Amino acid sequence: MAVVVLEDIFKTYHLGSEVDVPALRGLSLVLEAGEFAAILGPSGSGKSTLMNVIGCLDRPGRGRYLLEGEDVAKLSRDRLAAVRNRKIGFVFQSFNLLSRTSALENVELPLMYKSDGLSLREIQRRASEALDQVGLSDRADHHPSQLSGGQQQRVAIARALVTEPTILLADEPTGNLDTRTGLEIMEIFQKLNDHGITLIMVTHEQDIGRFAKRTIVMRDGRIVRDDPVEDRLAASDEKEKLPVLVAEEESVQ
Amino acid sequence: MRPEMILLVALRALRRNRMRSLLTAFGIVIGVAAVITTVSIGNGARAEVEEQVTRLGQNVVLVFPGSRSLGGVSIGGGSANTLTVEDALAIHEEIPEVIAASPEVRSQRQVSYGNRNWFTRIYGQSSDYLQIRQWPMEYGRMFDEEDVLRANMVAVVGQTIVEELFEGADPIGAIIRVRGMPLEIIGVLQTKGMSLMGSVQDDIILVPYTTAFRYISGRSHAMVINTQVYSAELMPVARQKITDLLRERHGLGPGQDNDFTVQTQEEVARAATETSRVMTFLLGAIAGISLLVGGIGIMNIMLVSVTERTREIGIRIALGARNRDILRQFLVEAILLSCLGGGIGILTGIGVSYVLAFYADWPVYLSHNAIAYAFLFSAMVGIFFGFYPARKAARLDPIEALRYE
Repeated sequence: MAVVVLEDIFKTYHLGSEVDVPALRGLSLVLEAGEFAAILGPSGSGKSTLMNVIGCLDRPGRGRYLLEGEDVAKLSRDRLAAVRNRKIGFVFQSFNLLSRTSALENVELPLMYKSDGLSLREIQRRASEALDQVGLSDRADHHPSQLSGGQQQRVAIARALVTEPTILLADEPTGNLDTRTGLEIMEIFQKLNDHGITLIMVTHEQDIGRFAKRTIVMRDGRIVRDDPVEDRLAASDEKEKLPVLVAEEESVQ
Repeated sequence: MRPEMILLVALRALRRNRMRSLLTAFGIVIGVAAVITTVSIGNGARAEVEEQVTRLGQNVVLVFPGSRSLGGVSIGGGSANTLTVEDALAIHEEIPEVIAASPEVRSQRQVSYGNRNWFTRIYGQSSDYLQIRQWPMEYGRMFDEEDVLRANMVAVVGQTIVEELFEGADPIGAIIRVRGMPLEIIGVLQTKGMSLMGSVQDDIILVPYTTAFRYISGRSHAMVINTQVYSAELMPVARQKITDLLRERHGLGPGQDNDFTVQTQEEVARAATETSRVMTFLLGAIAGISLLVGGIGIMNIMLVSVTERTREIGIRIALGARNRDILRQFLVEAILLSCLGGGIGILTGIGVSYVLAFYADWPVYLSHNAIAYAFLFSAMVGIFFGFYPARKAARLDPIEALRYE
């Protein structure tokens, strides 16, 4: 079943009254349930805009966007907020956790905006479950400043997962992390994908793309290549190959 | 989003910036505390005035020389020499509604006893004065009509004089000196406290008006005539009769203005309470302005906070917050801040009021209305000054907000 269907999407940014910047030019894309797609491309290729459109943070200027069969291109801002909350989980390059707020409270956040209104007890239960899923239940009351980059990103993943979304959108999820921690994140992603979550990841690192099942290369607002990954890597194996350095572990802290 | 979730989200946001939240609320604390304290002081003053008025005496009508307007400021009376002792005697004798009348002449003099001396007020009055003022004796006796008739050198003194000249000892029979002349103390008055104008009423020496005119004041005319009427119902009649009598005695034809003013106790009271009411209002208004400034402080901080928290707002929107969720969160934050400030302000105001009452010995009456209004006003300040920053936050573009550094 197709989770994301994009048909002939155009998106142009108007800078001032004169300058128009076309970010997406007639892009079409179908993503099936259970896919793990990496979107690659140089900066300015439109991959961030594509993420924003898929993530319902932005509406396409022209074209059709079906998310699980629902046409979301014409939804109001409030309906889009509900769609983001219910169906989409975001993971950002800079983690985007709320500072001076415990890991648990960060993970609780999307549940608080749920339209069907859970009780605080239920919210806390689900949030600790999600933290448990990324192996951070022992850090629930730590603030982001007390966590390493990798741990922060795992909290962000728990936050994205806590609403049980249809798709997980990751924007350069390893961009701020060292190799080992990046591999740990990929390991989590592969595991989640194995459990059936549809993953879309924007990255400019070719290597990271090899952990996905499909790579989509963009240039100038269009898709120029779209291939299945033949020599797919398992993040857990790659991690094994890294030299074990205690110092490296600590430098992360 | 459930209402309690909005509250929780707002509370957590405030907790993240504890120091800033407290400082923001502080402006409101000062405003609310100032309103409550000033209104308490003002009410205390008014209650004190009202109490004083009842202590002024019962069914008292005052006659002042010269004309003065109702509600005027100078309760001390005019300085024109139009009232004579004979006027006072005539009022007493010819108007049946009047029980007692006392021509009053005041002077400020140095009095001495042994090696001690004291600057005080000496009042010449008739023997009826204490009855008019409802002022009981502590001990000794009041001078009588005989003393007045003969202008005897006798005096009845207030508690302050007993303290200052006799160090609290019984002064009956002692001879004090005024302008070198001896005055024998025959009685001591009960303590009476502060007057309408704030002077200590116990700092007083009463002498027969004849004695005052002849030896002490150097004046020839009465400064006030204090009269007492049988009952409250007779006050208007008595007032009219006094006016008619004095006009006749002063030879005023029709069309000529009175050269005196007749005021009932009630009118004096009204003027005094009106004055303190206006004072309370003015003080309260000034305090209200500080509350407004506190509100602007909240708006200021909230605006800075919206800019500083742009990324946070972006995150919240990305996670599914609707515009109205963001608007409500910031609005609730502002209201919580102002209510927190209001709450602390109320406690501070009550505290300051009691401290003033205790240390400055100022009568303080806490007004429940003032507390309720101050709190309500601070909540409204929160809504009013919180709305603009909240709307600004709600209108942020999530993509730009997420990119904001």
